[in-house]
Amino acid sequence: MADAVFLALSVITIGSAIAALELRSLIYGSIALMGTLGGIAGFFFLLDSPFVALFQLAVYVGSIAVLILFTVMLVKRELIFKKVEDSRRKYAGLALMLVTMVALGAVFLDSGIKTITTDEPAVNFRDIGIDFVTYYWPALILMALILAGSVTGALVLAKREDVENDQRTS
Amino acid sequence: MTNELVDFTLVSVALLGIGIYGLAVKRNFIRMLFAVEIIINAANLNLVAFGRFLPHSGGQTLALFSIAIAAAEVAVGLSLIIVAYRMYQNVDIADFRSLKG
Repeated sequence: MADAVFLALSVITIGSAIAALELRSLIYGSIALMGTLGGIAGFFFLLDSPFVALFQLAVYVGSIAVLILFTVMLVKRELIFKKVEDSRRKYAGLALMLVTMVALGAVFLDSGIKTITTDEPAVNFRDIGIDFVTYYWPALILMALILAGSVTGALVLAKREDVENDQRTS
Repeated sequence: MTNELVDFTLVSVALLGIGIYGLAVKRNFIRMLFAVEIIINAANLNLVAFGRFLPHSGGQTLALFSIAIAAAEVAVGLSLIIVAYRMYQNVDIADFRSLKG
């Protein structure tokens, strides 16, 4: 059975996920998204994975959420608050969400994972570090190259070509 | 552990449902990116939860890789938003039609 910390964390996570999509202002929405990401980090702490939790806090709450916040602030003021929604589409989306939740939830509740519990100690984060530099080292290098390539690609995409350098300084 | 594996999977199913709703209903590019983030986080939660209950270090390792790749994806997505906003002065995906034949 779940304990109180788990219940509080799930309320925070799911509630702020709904708020991130439904709040009228995009700025408050991105702050609510920070709540979701932080709640997931809390779940990682509950799962005895402090390394992943701190990575999540540093990468998601620390950098991605702030990046999203800055992008939102670049957008025109009336677009931040504008909400275009088709009501028929909204009901279809709600139905899709309910079908997904009920179907997958029923499958999970009916399957064998309901009986899985563990008393074994958690994986030590030293093992993860050793895994990274021994078994997974080609993937680690590939990931570094992908990160460098995508950040360079993002910079090239966002560069303005219609502004000359001397115009930029004035 | 007092929490069972199925609790974590149910939270992740709820987050997946919310993300699918956001992708289906919202027409704002930035909000769709929020929904994608929520779905990716639900997947990460599953990875770490199954890795904890096996127990095996592979779950956490894969979650770390997934977080890093998601960071790259968000950087590219946000720069696409900036480019599209510069071209159309809007973030509504219904207006991004220059590739439509």
